[in-house]
Amino acid sequence: MTDPLARPPKKDPQVRTRVPTRPSHFRSRAALGIAAAAAEGRFMLQVCEECGAVQYPPRDACASCLCVALPWRDVSPKGRLIAETTVQTSTSIYFRERAPWRIGTIKLEAGPSVMAHLHGDLAPDGEARVIAMLDKSGQGVLFAVPTEMTPNMEDDPQMREMTSDPKYRRVLITDARNENAPALAQALADAGASMVFIGEAESWRPYPHRAALAAIPNVDILPMDVTDTASVVELCGEIGGKTDILINNARFVRPGGILDRADVAFAREEMEVNYFGLLRLAQAFGPAMRGRGADGDNSAAAWVNILSVNAWSNSPDYGLFSASNAAALSLSQNLRADLWDGGVRLLNVFTGPTEDEWHQPLPPPKVAPAAIARALVAGLRDGLEDVYVGDVAKDLIDRWRAGPKILEREMMENRGASS
Amino acid sequence: MNQQSGAPLLGELALSIASGAIRVVDLTHTLDPDFPVIILPPEFGQCARFRMEEISAYDHRGPAWKWHNFTCSEHTGTHFDAPAHWISGRDLPNNSVDTIPVEQFIGPACVIDCSQGAAEDEDFELTPAVIQAWEAEHGEIPAGAWVLMRTDWSRRRGAEYLNMREDGPHSPGPTPEGIRFLIEQRDIRGFGTETVGTDAGQGNHYTPPFPAHFYLHGAGKLGLQCLNNLWELPPTGAVLIATPLKIKQGTGSPLRVVALVG
Amino acid sequence: MPRGPKRHPYDGIVAVSPATVPYQRFSKEAAHWWIARALKQSLDGAGLGPRDVDGLIVSSFTLFPDSAVGLTQHLGLTPRWLDDIPMGGACGVVGLRRAARAVQSGDASVVACVAGDTNHVDSFRRMLSSFSRFAQDASYPYGSGGPNACFALLTDHYMRRFGASREDFGRICVAQRQNALRNPHAVMKTPLSMEQYIGARAISDPIALFDCVMPVAGAECFLVMREEDARAAGLPHAHIRATIERHNAFPEDPIQMRGGWEMDVDELYAMAALKPADMDLVQTYDDYPVIVMMQLEDLGFCGKGEGPEFVRAHDLTIDGDFPHNTSGGQLSAGQAGAAGGYLGLTEAMRQVTGSAGPTQVKGARNALVSGFGMINFDRGLCSGAVILSGDGA
Repeated sequence: MTDPLARPPKKDPQVRTRVPTRPSHFRSRAALGIAAAAAEGRFMLQVCEECGAVQYPPRDACASCLCVALPWRDVSPKGRLIAETTVQTSTSIYFRERAPWRIGTIKLEAGPSVMAHLHGDLAPDGEARVIAMLDKSGQGVLFAVPTEMTPNMEDDPQMREMTSDPKYRRVLITDARNENAPALAQALADAGASMVFIGEAESWRPYPHRAALAAIPNVDILPMDVTDTASVVELCGEIGGKTDILINNARFVRPGGILDRADVAFAREEMEVNYFGLLRLAQAFGPAMRGRGADGDNSAAAWVNILSVNAWSNSPDYGLFSASNAAALSLSQNLRADLWDGGVRLLNVFTGPTEDEWHQPLPPPKVAPAAIARALVAGLRDGLEDVYVGDVAKDLIDRWRAGPKILEREMMENRGASS
Repeated sequence: MNQQSGAPLLGELALSIASGAIRVVDLTHTLDPDFPVIILPPEFGQCARFRMEEISAYDHRGPAWKWHNFTCSEHTGTHFDAPAHWISGRDLPNNSVDTIPVEQFIGPACVIDCSQGAAEDEDFELTPAVIQAWEAEHGEIPAGAWVLMRTDWSRRRGAEYLNMREDGPHSPGPTPEGIRFLIEQRDIRGFGTETVGTDAGQGNHYTPPFPAHFYLHGAGKLGLQCLNNLWELPPTGAVLIATPLKIKQGTGSPLRVVALVG
Repeated sequence: MPRGPKRHPYDGIVAVSPATVPYQRFSKEAAHWWIARALKQSLDGAGLGPRDVDGLIVSSFTLFPDSAVGLTQHLGLTPRWLDDIPMGGACGVVGLRRAARAVQSGDASVVACVAGDTNHVDSFRRMLSSFSRFAQDASYPYGSGGPNACFALLTDHYMRRFGASREDFGRICVAQRQNALRNPHAVMKTPLSMEQYIGARAISDPIALFDCVMPVAGAECFLVMREEDARAAGLPHAHIRATIERHNAFPEDPIQMRGGWEMDVDELYAMAALKPADMDLVQTYDDYPVIVMMQLEDLGFCGKGEGPEFVRAHDLTIDGDFPHNTSGGQLSAGQAGAAGGYLGLTEAMRQVTGSAGPTQVKGARNALVSGFGMINFDRGLCSGAVILSGDGA
C-alpha cells in the first residue's frame, strides 16, 4: 500500500540545499539500448536475429548461438518476482541517502532473469510488470511494478525518483500568449502542480485567452519575454529557485520555405524565439534547476520543450520554421547533457502541425492544445525524454528511423499536399 | 552666408543654456525592451522591439569595460520618419536619413494641445478646425515649422498606450484634411506625435489609409513619433533638435529629440 | 555434456609450504608488497629463494595497473610459466590446477601460486563500481549494494524455495567463529552467539552483518613441485587427489541455486577414488552462508535443498563430526581480496600434513577444498574443488 505523497513543507531557509548525487551512470554501449527504449517509455531487449533468443544483460553476441545481429525489439514485460532484498547500506552516496532501497530478481516470461528496482506494492513472489525507466543518472534501469494499478502508485518513493511527476511541483510555462497555454496550465493544475507560473510577454498588447488563463487555479502570470535577455534573467532571479518543471512553449511560426520569402526577417524571429529563446531560458534557469535536482519531494525535475517533429526532417512548406526547430533540437541535446549532473530530465514533446491560425489551411490530422497537454503530462509522469504527439509526429519519426534520406525525399515530394 | 554674423548668437546661446535661461527639454522616451512598438497584421514583417545583449560588464568577458549590443527597428521607440519610409515618398530626392540636409533637423516647433480632447475621446482627430482654433490664439503656423500634436498620450503605460482592441488600436491623430492643411496651406517641416505613429490608431480606415504618412512623406516632410514631455513646451517659441542616425538609405531611426525653451 | 577421456591423475605432484601473511584491516601498502611478503614467506619455509622459482601464478584485485607480467620485473623473477587467474574465490583451486599440470608436463619445476590484495579505505567501493561489464550495466545501478545485495537475493530465494531460516545460516557462522577463536591470525577475536547473529545490523535483507566477510589486506602463497623434490628437501607436502573446475554453469537457472560443482562432482570423487564420507574436513568458499550451503549440497554431502537440515544435524566445529572452515573461514578470518580463494587451501594443506597447530583436526588425512567466485551479474560464475591428502602429523 503506497502512502500518498504528503505536501512538501516550506523549505527551511537556514538549511543548505542537498547537492544532487546520482547512481552509477557507467554503461557499455550495448546496455544503452535500455535507456534508448526508456526514453520513450518502451520496454525493449535484444532478440537474436538468428535463433530468437532474448538477451539480458545487453551484450555483443547471442548467448545461445554467438550471432552478433541482436536487434532491439519490444518484449513482453510480464514476469514473476522470484527474489528480493532491501539494501540497507551501500557504497553509493546516492543510495546511502535513500536507503532502505528495495530491489529484486524478476524471471521474465520472455526468458531472462533481470535485476530491477521494485515498486513498494509489488508483493513477494508476485506477478510483475517490468518497465524500463531512466534513473537519476539519466541511464536506463528496469523497474518492476504490480500488474494492476494500485492507489497512489506514482507516489512510491523509488518510483518518484525515476519520474518528473508534476504533483506538488511548481511549474513555469514560458509563453502565456501561445494558444496552447490555457490547456497546458489546466493540465498541470489537474496533475497536482502546486503553482503554475506563466511568463507573459508584451503585456502592452492584449490576447484573447488571458482571462481564461488567469482563472485557472494556482496560476500566476508574471512578465517575461524569451526574446529579452534581461526579462528572462529578472524572472529567474525571482522564481528560478522554485521552478521545478519548466515548460518552454514559446514559439514563433510562419509558413514558407526559403524561396517563398524575400528576406531573413521572419527567419530571424523564428530563431530569436525558437532557438535563442531556449538558449536564454537555459542560461538563466538551467543552473538553478540543476542545483536543485535532489531538493526534496518538490525537487527540480524536468525541462520540457514543445518542438515541431519537423526538427527531425525539414518540411519545405515550413522550411524556415523547421530549421529553427532543428536548431532548437540540437540545443536541447546540449541542455540535456548540461542538466545531467543535477538529475534533471529534459523532455522534448514533438508535435506535427498544430491546430491554429498558422496551419489553418492544412488538412487534418492536426494537434489540438489539449492533446499536447495530455501527452506532455503523461511524459512527465513516466519520466520520459521523447514524446511524439499525434499521428503525423509518430509516423514521421517512424519513417525517419527507417531511413532519413528516404523521408527527406518524401517530404520534398509531398510539398504543398500536407505538412 | 556670412559665418561671422552667427558667432555672437552662438556664444549667447551657449551661455544661456549653461545658466538655465534657455532650458533643454528631453522629449525622448528611454529605449527600453518593454516600450511598445507598432503592431501590423501578422503576415507582414513587424517592427523589431528594442533588445540589448550585455557583452561584458567589467568581468571575464572584458575585465575593464562594459558594453552592450542592441537591436531594434529604425522605427522603435522615440523615432524619426524620413520620406523614404512611405511609398508616396519613394522617388523624392534626398529622402533618406543620410541624405536629408542636416539643417532640417533643427527648427521651430508649434505645439497644438489636444490633451483635453484626447482624454475625452481616444480617437480624437486633429482637423483643420482644431488647427485653426489654435491659430486664432497663437498665430499662424509659420512655414518650415514642426507641428507637434500634444495629447499627453505619453503618460499612458502598458496596454493603454497602443490601446489595441479587436478592431485595432485607438489613439489620436490627424484627419486627411488636417494633415493636408498643414502641408499644403502651411508648408510645415514635419509632424510629431506622442503615439507610435503620426497617424491615428484607426488611420487605416481613412482614404487614403494612413494619411499622415501618405501626405507628409509624399511631400518630402518629416515625422516624429513616441514623443514625451510635450506638456513642458510653450505653444510656440521652442526650437526642436531632432537628428536621426546617419543610416545608409535609412527610412528613419530612433533618436534623441530635445527642445530648447527660452 | 559428453564425457571425455579419463582425467590424467596428479601423481607425483605435490603442494608445499603454505604461507599466510597476517591480515590487516587497512593498509597503505600496495598489493605488490603483500604478494612479495607471502612469496618470501613461502620460499623461506621451503628453504628456497626467488631464483628457484620458474613458474608464477598470481591472483589480485588491486594490482592494477600491473598484472602478473609487471610483477616479474617488480620482484625480479624470470619464470618460464606465468598465469593471471582473475577468478576471485576460485583462484586458489584453479591456480593449483594450472601449477600442477605445468610441473607435471615438465614445463616448470617450482611454481609459486600467490594471491594478495591491499585494502585502502576506498578500495572496496572502487572495485565494486568497475567489477565487470554486466555488473556495471545490470546490477550495480540497482541500489549499489554490491555482492551483499546479490547474495541477499540468492539467500532470499533459497529461503523461500527450500524453507531455510536465518538460524540455519547462523549455525554456519557461529561454528566458524568458534573455529576462528583458535586461529591467532583471524581478524575476528570474540565469540559469536546465535542471538548476536540474528540481531545483527541489517546489511541487505535478509543478510545482516555476520553474514558478510570483512574485507582486509593480506596474502597467501604455496609452491607446487615434484614430489621427489619435496621429499629431497624434507618438506611436508599435500598430494593432489582430484580437481574440478567449471565456469558459467547452469545459465538457464533463473537464479543461482547451485554451482558448477554439481556438473562435475562425480568425476571429482571418482578421480580421487574417495567418497564424501572420506573427507576429514571440508573448506568451502564462504563469502556468504548461502553459498556454503550450496557447496555442501553440490559437493555430495546432502541433496539439493537439504543444506538446512544438514547443518542442523551436524557439528561444524574443529572437534565436531563435520569439521568445516577450520581456520574460521573468511567470515571470521577476513577476506583479503583474491587471497580469500587461497585461505581454505593453505589451511587444508596444513591440516593434512599435521601442521595446522591450534586449529588441527585430529587425524586429518583427506581434505576437500572448494572455490567459488566472480559475481559477473547475478551469480557466481567460477567454481572449482580439489581433494588433497597427506600423511598427517
